[in-house]
Amino acid sequence: MRFILRRIGFYLIAFWVSITLNFLLPRFMPGDPISRMLSRSQDKMTAEQVLQLQKLFGMDDRPLIQQYVSYIGDVLTGNMGVSISRFPTPVSEVIASQIGWTLLLGATSLIIAALIGNLLGILAAWRRGSLIDSALPPFLIFIGSFPYFWLAMGALYLFGIVLGWFPLRHAYDSELDAGLSWAFISSVAYHLFLPALTIVLVSIGGWMLGMRNTMIATNSEDYITMAEAKGLRSRRIMLRYAARNAMLPSVTSFGMGLGFVVGGALLTETVFAYPGVGYQLLTAVQGLDYPLMQGLFLIITGAVLLANLLVDIVYVRLDPRVRTH
Amino acid sequence: MSTPITTATAEAVKPARMSRRSRSGLLHGLMTNRKAMVGAVILLVFILLALLAPVLFPGNPSRITAMASQEPSAEYWLGTTAKGQDVLALTVHGARMSLFVGLAAGVMSTIIGILVGLTSAYFGRAIDETLSVVTNIFLLIPGLPLLVILAAFMPPGVGTVIFVLIITGWAGSARVLRSQALSIRSKDFVAASQVTGDRAGWIMWREILPNMASVVMGTLLGCIIGAIGAQAGLEFLGLGDTSTVSWGTNLYWAGNEGALLTGSWWVFLPSGLCIALVAFALSLFNYAVDEVTNPRLRTVKKRSATAPLSRTEDAT
Repeated sequence: MRFILRRIGFYLIAFWVSITLNFLLPRFMPGDPISRMLSRSQDKMTAEQVLQLQKLFGMDDRPLIQQYVSYIGDVLTGNMGVSISRFPTPVSEVIASQIGWTLLLGATSLIIAALIGNLLGILAAWRRGSLIDSALPPFLIFIGSFPYFWLAMGALYLFGIVLGWFPLRHAYDSELDAGLSWAFISSVAYHLFLPALTIVLVSIGGWMLGMRNTMIATNSEDYITMAEAKGLRSRRIMLRYAARNAMLPSVTSFGMGLGFVVGGALLTETVFAYPGVGYQLLTAVQGLDYPLMQGLFLIITGAVLLANLLVDIVYVRLDPRVRTH
Repeated sequence: MSTPITTATAEAVKPARMSRRSRSGLLHGLMTNRKAMVGAVILLVFILLALLAPVLFPGNPSRITAMASQEPSAEYWLGTTAKGQDVLALTVHGARMSLFVGLAAGVMSTIIGILVGLTSAYFGRAIDETLSVVTNIFLLIPGLPLLVILAAFMPPGVGTVIFVLIITGWAGSARVLRSQALSIRSKDFVAASQVTGDRAGWIMWREILPNMASVVMGTLLGCIIGAIGAQAGLEFLGLGDTSTVSWGTNLYWAGNEGALLTGSWWVFLPSGLCIALVAFALSLFNYAVDEVTNPRLRTVKKRSATAPLSRTEDAT
């Protein structure tokens, strides 16, 4: 329990840092982007909304500390202003309508990549010098060297434009009604396939190499020799003795991996025109929509921190050693 | 690039005296490692191309010289863009900015990582706690969104790109270097140096740092790979300085001008391949450093072969 409490404390600090960063950026950056943004869109807004945005971005005369306190209050109550580019929708509503897609894409590809990657890592470490061990890692490193967005665009070009197997944009067929119908779900899966595949392809190598290297270290432990001496079957030793213990670092990297995938969603969703928070973040940046940009950054950070907390809780269940101190 | 090569040959000449020092062992190991040599050759080619770009393709590479969207031909080896620019010239000139930004951001992130990691490990206690929390926060905040909002608030330019890459890149190396420094910190020779009254900075610089040269090398390579990739992503999203020529901006313009939709794959292919080749070469080199310094990772024939580890080259 103390471990979890410490972690929660840490995540709270991390979240506070990102809120503070959000607070400081518009106030201390050169060039005054906020007034540019406001002057561009002033005519669409009511005086009250302009005033609220000015407050949010520090264009009032109150002392800094007072602005800071009210800013934190605003953020914690979910009041992040109105979006400029999708005026007059509040930022929180824009985000709520899109985060689901990002989580779906991120979680699907992360779980698939972690499963396959770890399995390949286990096999590679168990059969050192086999084809999996010697040919696959260099190949995966090579794949992983490509800029992700470039591979994604290549896949889109090949499978979407040239072969026409997969849709070019969006998360589902817009002629269908959203709902739990078979047609809708299969359409979602169909649109999900190519983006998820590209993420899996580039991230699988990291999982595999990490798992392989911990497995190699685990294989030289005495209890493995002991299990071999007892005459246990090789498969059993591999999965129940070695892999189980070598899994722990992979569990930790799962949280990090989620941050990577959700952050990387920016590129995935841009290439595949997938309607998630990453795509929205880029649109917000292009449209100088600072309230939306900042709200998205906070939400993405918050989601990643939360996921890491969940991973920590799982970790405590898996590894009794952290429970004792 | 010429300095490491001369030192390497110098050490190859007198291996007997130098072999006891870990650094020369690393260099010697790298010289005989095939992965390292392949990586070094690829890198060298790109560095040469970058340096010779003004000679090979004089003048501004983004000027319009030919008909738009031409396929690769004898005259324009890699074809032309939708605007009519020579793709080959753009790609070769792009190497300059991409390598420069990657190298600058990578080196700076590693230096910050060394400073934070060493300070953290050497002083311990409250300093370590504080620095570790800061490092972990930067590791946890998703990098690309942070890059994007930083870039969105700052004036566009190469300086901004390098700055935001450093902000998001240093934490990973700091964590690795801290844990390595921690294990060296507890060695007897550090205690001995403290007893003789050496100053903290001296001990960190002369006693601890040289003993983790291979880890520093690994993190440096990792940082450069990360920086080149992140730079390309940032520029591809249009958040770099779109007026400069780099591999990332080439891809940005390719996307902007709809190169793929019109089927002009030759505009799109070269810059991506170059980034991949550079990153691959750096990874190979990194992998080789790992192999040379960590005997356990050297490829052996069978797991159960408990015979002394053979030092033969692996056959990948």
